[in-house]
Amino acid sequence: MLDRRAMLGAAGLLAFPAQAWSLPPGKRVMNAMMTDDPATLCYPLFNTRLTQEICGNINESLLLFDWQFKPHPNLARAFEVSPDGLTYTFRLRDDVLWHDGVKFTARDVAFSCGVMLPELNPRSRNAFSHIDTITTPDAYTVVIKLKQPFNAFLMSLMASSAPMMPAHIYEGTDFRTNPYNLKPIGTGPFKFADWKRGQYIHLVRNAHYWRPGQPGMDAIYYRLCPTPEQRMVAMETGAVDLAMADDIDTVLVSRLRANPQIVTLNNAYYGTSEIAVMEMNMRRWPFSDRRFRAAFMHAIDRDFLVKAINFGIGKVATGPIPSSAPYYDPKALTLYPHDPARARALLDEMGLKPGPDGIRHRFGIMLTPDGGGEMTRGAQYVKQALAEVGLEANLEATDWPTQRRRSGNWEFDVDNNSYGEYGDPAIGTSRFYVSSNIRKGVPLTNLQGYVNPEVDRLFAQAAVAVGRDEAQACYSRLQQILTHDVAMVWLYERLPAFFYNRRLKNVVLGPNGPSDGFGATTLA
Amino acid sequence: MKPRTIALRLVKTALTVIAVVVLSFFLIRLAPGDAATVMAGQSGYADEAFIKSLRAEYGLDQPLPVQFWKYVRAVGHGDLGTSYVRRQPVLTVIMERLPNTLLLDAFALVVAIMGGVWLGGLAARRPGSAGDTAVSVLAMLFYAVPQFWLGMMMVLLFAVWLAVLPPFGIETMGADYTGLARIGDVARHMILPGVTLALYYMASYARLTRAAMIEVSEQDFVKTARAKGISERQVLRHHVLRNALIPLVTYAGLQASLLVGGSVLIENVFSWPGVGTLAYDAVQARDNPLLLGIFIVTAILVSLFNLVTDIAYGVVDPRVEVG
Repeated sequence: MLDRRAMLGAAGLLAFPAQAWSLPPGKRVMNAMMTDDPATLCYPLFNTRLTQEICGNINESLLLFDWQFKPHPNLARAFEVSPDGLTYTFRLRDDVLWHDGVKFTARDVAFSCGVMLPELNPRSRNAFSHIDTITTPDAYTVVIKLKQPFNAFLMSLMASSAPMMPAHIYEGTDFRTNPYNLKPIGTGPFKFADWKRGQYIHLVRNAHYWRPGQPGMDAIYYRLCPTPEQRMVAMETGAVDLAMADDIDTVLVSRLRANPQIVTLNNAYYGTSEIAVMEMNMRRWPFSDRRFRAAFMHAIDRDFLVKAINFGIGKVATGPIPSSAPYYDPKALTLYPHDPARARALLDEMGLKPGPDGIRHRFGIMLTPDGGGEMTRGAQYVKQALAEVGLEANLEATDWPTQRRRSGNWEFDVDNNSYGEYGDPAIGTSRFYVSSNIRKGVPLTNLQGYVNPEVDRLFAQAAVAVGRDEAQACYSRLQQILTHDVAMVWLYERLPAFFYNRRLKNVVLGPNGPSDGFGATTLA
Repeated sequence: MKPRTIALRLVKTALTVIAVVVLSFFLIRLAPGDAATVMAGQSGYADEAFIKSLRAEYGLDQPLPVQFWKYVRAVGHGDLGTSYVRRQPVLTVIMERLPNTLLLDAFALVVAIMGGVWLGGLAARRPGSAGDTAVSVLAMLFYAVPQFWLGMMMVLLFAVWLAVLPPFGIETMGADYTGLARIGDVARHMILPGVTLALYYMASYARLTRAAMIEVSEQDFVKTARAKGISERQVLRHHVLRNALIPLVTYAGLQASLLVGGSVLIENVFSWPGVGTLAYDAVQARDNPLLLGIFIVTAILVSLFNLVTDIAYGVVDPRVEVG
């Protein structure tokens, strides 16, 4: 039996100084979180936010962008654009090494922009389809000729869209099964060290990094914290230093904002401009009927969704282009205010009358597997709102692999999702509406099967427009058509917060947020 | 226990493991969708050609009986297959995590037994007293409270409010402790999950110890001991508790095996990198070979625990012969 001494011993065991588990002083190690183990660390193969946040430290882009989206040199030390907007010449740094010691050269750029990125990354595929030829006059010069001027071309070289990939690792291999997908090689400030699935991903400083004085930290651990409670506690106790995008549930955001030890950034994802949406499979009736989609919109009180369900975080989305993004035109939009009577009338007009049980139609909404977070709660509200007009939605829970497979293979009625605009509609938006991007098996494409030749033409025209006015005219017309067609159910513009511990500084330096990596981050 | 009896128990253990292999293999395949579609989904590509090539690569395009026969043959040779997600031998993956689970379980078991016996003894000393009632209420409380909730409350209290213990994980990332410092670091991380896991079982031990001690206290030999003038403390320790331990040994053996499977929840609440979190990940990723491997290893462990319990039972009470 325990005596008094044993009890005192047990009490002493608990009497550690506050946060006894914190890192020893002087350790330049940063702890971040991940909600799930990523499927791969091949940046373009699975270009999700989680992959961007990790691989942004490993793989770099030719250019960096400031808060005004102005391009600055990065792996390209200089660049020129010909007066006709057709030829882009990039002069590369000659002091950059891949993490395995091989020199970074023009061959890598030609391979990344000409082969790997267009094949794997839906955004790059769209943007780089404008490329006619890529030539490499010498080892450190790349000349890219476009088929026609494409005004978003430089923007498409943002790190989250166009990370440079090593030709000597990937060329001639099956990109999907290359073993380096699980132990990536890049040029960035941090090198991949090890990955203990179910525990953490460990990156260490790249001692041969080309940018003087960087990286400022010795290592980064991405710790797996699968539940929202764990992630919140991890931030509050200092067990981790960073909480990115969806790490903190919107329910808990205000609590973290009030914590004096935590810094909150509201603009860390400025360059992404993300919208939460519901995609409808228009190959199936009644989703193919515009009136049904309009009724769907009218049934949902999106203002309530933002204010009550999402705790005021976000903004009602009015169309395909976020209100903070270039080319947004509120005058062109057909709006769908909350109007259940109008929704019922539209459904009646379609012949979708209530049955004896009051139900007009039953269908499924495939959930985003966010562990019961913001997106799931939104879908739960949508289900209730739809029930008010006689539509019964069955919420279908999935895991990520299943979600990707089912969405890619069009095995859904309605898919709950979100997408980023990435600075220009030609990069982030068009891919969901143009018919050329209907690609079975590939998620994050035009999954709905939306086909409108005028929309195809306008997106193509806007992308090659020389002047901003011409592009604006195209995008205004596009917003008019897409909102009239209800080409997607736009729920709300997501404005995720980014949190970091005050012991750090220089954490986010541009609109690309954590996707530009943490090379400049140091201890405060 | 006689060697023949031990041999018989080992045969029974082998039969149990075989039954687990057969049942698990077919049960897992009853789930909709196959691993190839999951792997394709994970890779970002889900086109039919790629899925087909994955099925061929992993033998998933062969008839189920053929797949089963190949699997059984491989298991017979000690090969539990390759994890689809980790691309590592299943046995390697499990063995990497098993020590963490056993460490946590052993700690929890020790805490549960010590705490439970102490509390049970305390309650049995004066049945019906305030102390007895308090122990009974506490025992009921810890027995009834869901473990995941208790875990979260423990984190809130000790990690967030008091800030005396780490909230989760097995060690401080990036600290690179070695030697005693590392042992101390792991021990600190183990307290919250270990105690949370232990509290549930501690409640059972407390109630069992109390009941057994009260029952033994009524026996003639205890009355004789008291009549001989032996101190109450000695009577309780040497006569009552010792005899009350017999059912506890059986219970501890059963619980040790339950702990192996039962720590799945706690490991996930505290991100403890053990077999429990591994099983959860395997289910999430439909990593069937890994899941099957975990079933087999767990079945072997549970059977071994039961065998050890039987042997221990015979040692504690030589009158017992387990057949």
